[in-house]
Amino acid sequence: MITRTTTYKTTEAAEVSNWFRAGSVDDFPENGGSCIWYKGLQIAIFNFSTRDKWYACQNLCPHKQQMILSRGIIGSFQGHPKVACPFHKKTFSLETGCNLNGNLEDLAVYPVKVENAYVYVGFSF
Amino acid sequence: MTKIVIVGNGMVSFKFCEKFSSREDYGQYSITIFGEEHLPAYDRVHLSSFFENGTAEDLILAPSKWYQDHGIKLHCGMLVTGIDRYHKRVQTLCGHSESYDILVLATGSHPFVPQIPGVEKQGVFVYRTIEDLEAILEYSKTIDDATILGGGLLGLEAAKATKDMGLNTQVVEFASRLMPRQLDILGSEALQRKMSELGLKIHLSKNTSEILGGDKINGLRFADGTAIDTDMLVISAGIRPRDQIGRECGLTVGPRGGVVVDDHMRTSDPSIYAIGEVALHNGMIYGLVAPGYEMAQVAIDNITGSTTSFNAADMSTKLKLIGVDVASFGDALSSSEDVIPIAFNDPFSGVYKRINISKDKKYLMGGILVGDAESYNLLLQMYKNRMPLPPHPEDLILGARNGAGAGIGLEQMPEQAQICSCENICKSQICKTITSGKAENLGELKEQTKAGTGCGACLPMVKDLMELTLKSMGKEVRNVLCEHFDYTRQELHDILKVKEIKTFQGLLESVGTGDGCEICKPAVASLLASTWNELVTQQATIQDTNDRYLANIQKGGSYSVVPRVPGGEITPDKLIVIGTIAKKYNLYTKITGGQRIDMFGARVDELPEIWEELINAGFESGHAYGKALRTVKSCVGSTWCRYGLHDSVSFAIEVEERYRGLRAPHKLKSAVSGCRRECAEAQSKDFGIIATEVGWNLYVCGNGGANPRHADLLASDIDSNTCIKYIDRFLMFYIKTAEPLNRTATWLNKMEGGIDYLRDVVVNDVLGIGEELEREMQFMVDTYKCEWKEVVNNPALRARFKHFVNRNEPDPTMAFAAMRGQKVPVNWGS
Repeated sequence: MITRTTTYKTTEAAEVSNWFRAGSVDDFPENGGSCIWYKGLQIAIFNFSTRDKWYACQNLCPHKQQMILSRGIIGSFQGHPKVACPFHKKTFSLETGCNLNGNLEDLAVYPVKVENAYVYVGFSF
Repeated sequence: MTKIVIVGNGMVSFKFCEKFSSREDYGQYSITIFGEEHLPAYDRVHLSSFFENGTAEDLILAPSKWYQDHGIKLHCGMLVTGIDRYHKRVQTLCGHSESYDILVLATGSHPFVPQIPGVEKQGVFVYRTIEDLEAILEYSKTIDDATILGGGLLGLEAAKATKDMGLNTQVVEFASRLMPRQLDILGSEALQRKMSELGLKIHLSKNTSEILGGDKINGLRFADGTAIDTDMLVISAGIRPRDQIGRECGLTVGPRGGVVVDDHMRTSDPSIYAIGEVALHNGMIYGLVAPGYEMAQVAIDNITGSTTSFNAADMSTKLKLIGVDVASFGDALSSSEDVIPIAFNDPFSGVYKRINISKDKKYLMGGILVGDAESYNLLLQMYKNRMPLPPHPEDLILGARNGAGAGIGLEQMPEQAQICSCENICKSQICKTITSGKAENLGELKEQTKAGTGCGACLPMVKDLMELTLKSMGKEVRNVLCEHFDYTRQELHDILKVKEIKTFQGLLESVGTGDGCEICKPAVASLLASTWNELVTQQATIQDTNDRYLANIQKGGSYSVVPRVPGGEITPDKLIVIGTIAKKYNLYTKITGGQRIDMFGARVDELPEIWEELINAGFESGHAYGKALRTVKSCVGSTWCRYGLHDSVSFAIEVEERYRGLRAPHKLKSAVSGCRRECAEAQSKDFGIIATEVGWNLYVCGNGGANPRHADLLASDIDSNTCIKYIDRFLMFYIKTAEPLNRTATWLNKMEGGIDYLRDVVVNDVLGIGEELEREMQFMVDTYKCEWKEVVNNPALRARFKHFVNRNEPDPTMAFAAMRGQKVPVNWGS
């Protein structure tokens, strides 16, 4: 099995060279996520509406290499925003991408901004 | 700086590092480890759970990063081949050389392989490492049966592993009983009966003389002339210490192997220590983890300048073998005249208990428990701490006559009583951690004290002790939902009702904190559904993925579809519809255990179209995706069957249509049998109905699955209306009072008063809530709607069923292979 995880690299806010328009705000359910396609990659975007915040990370769960995270339940762990993979409930920080209940590799995370009811994800490529 | 080199990276080696690196003077030392395996140290004790989860990483004790963070140099995949004691250096197979000040041998053991002719054949394995397991797993794919050579502890673990692979498994043991080191003959017989019930074939007193077959094994011949067929042999005939490098560099070794150590774990060379299964102490090799951990501690103490000693370790053990509890402690097999055994043997329930007490009736010396090991921890503490026996020691295994406990409790236990033998944690350490406020729950307690983090056998006791201590501090102990809700599920149910809260957000703002999580969101979703019966699609993002997409997620991210087939009765026309749809969307089809048809491999975007076609043909949702009523199975009943007493199919359909879609703390299954032959297997269901000459018998709280439980008889010879009334009350009482994700069986097991109390509530209505429960159930029945019909007819809801927001294409990574003429998902990554 080829590890697809290596294809995903975090983009820091300072590195953004392309704000990609992912969709309109309505495309993303409140307190939930949806998946978008960008240059062959699958990115999960979460509308954390109770916090009025948006997060983006790779859609690929590193545990079983499944394209699934956008369908996960979001929430918080000791105040820290997280997403849980629907398959085996592996949880990841939405801010740093790190695995909160195990030793899986980190998720790549990306900056998100909302302007004029459109959602943009920041990429360095 | 003292440089410590460890040879071997198993559980004991890891424990050594963990303990050493938490010392204050750790800065004066450096640790380098050489491990032969490619993975860092993993949990060998729970090797067979590798099959349940299928991943090696779950077994790893700490990732490579942990060693880095603690300044430990870990070399995996490097076999040490020699020790130069004069220059104090070790050499590896790949030519690397490393100097040491102190050397620690933790090379463990290798499986003993007896010299049986044919042992080199393909299909003969040992059971020790993850790599062994992977090789066994790979080979198992092409065969049907397996034989385990050795009926000891590890052999039975291996039998569990091959059984979990779906192989018909046999066990061959040389001795006249199973686990000869831990069990007596009656204990072995009890265990053997249980194992036979689970489909394992046991051969005792068999001396294997030859492994039969050509290149590949196909059977075994025994010295008594008999033979058996088998496609695979897993040898688990004991261990031998891996003492080769010690032996070659001139350290003293025992006549039957093992590097000789003194009480301080020092070998014949004062700069070299040996710990774990390679160390021979007083003529003994210890094959268990707990003594190994103790050796690690003793070695650390002596390396760092104090002098502690290793005493003959306790070989007590408790484990679950293929679902059967087995424990043995102290002098378990004693035949000494100073010891009097008391035994309890019930071949029907498969429980065997034996305690050995001193002749003066004062002390417990040892014992054996098979089939029910709940009292193990308490008995072990009584034995270890030489606590005086209660006046009727037989109560310890029989339970006291008046129904109370047998007079020994955690309270009576001395402060220094060892609770966790793996980590050597005593009662007072646990209590102090709680009273000092460092831990308030089991997770924190484990983190703070490390108790229960080894084999886990002591966890129930740790939990009881924690609850007892919290209680003594005046703190209430409740099973609250999670960090966001300081309430039990039952309390939240009442809150929802009284405050008329209908959304998760509403409840969170009213009585919760934070944002919720994957535990409380689905639990509250279930509560809301079984209180207000509003469509789960209205709050899709608090549902688990199955309830969010109204289908069951499968490997690879596709979903499966199960339409309702009430009572398992279906017309040829409807069968054709299912066949046509499955063909059109290229779905894998399989008959389920609940008399329905499951269609697998649907993409998320195909689900609404598939359901539109099913609904147009008169089907409705089967709720296979929900923690809800699944199916009411039936036998064909009196309509056709010459033995049938009543029309079980019609009653099953009536029951299924009454409770369809009912959300509960966990899934619900039911069945109706038309006579006592019980072809519908109603006694393995959450509620099951069996026809009698004059009416129906109603059974409740049965369960298949991981922990099978026969249902209990709730009421007998009742008419159909009474039966429905009792089921209404039973289900509603369960929905209101069970903890999240507890099946009815677990719920009843935890209920004080058990089935008698449940009967009092449901049949005798002692709480006076019967009518209320019926009313609440009738509300659920009256407000039922098919969720899929709502989605199919609602364009906004339909629009959610797509993989990408910005692309009208399915997930391109989804891939299928073919098997027996149908598609299956490609295996997932590891």
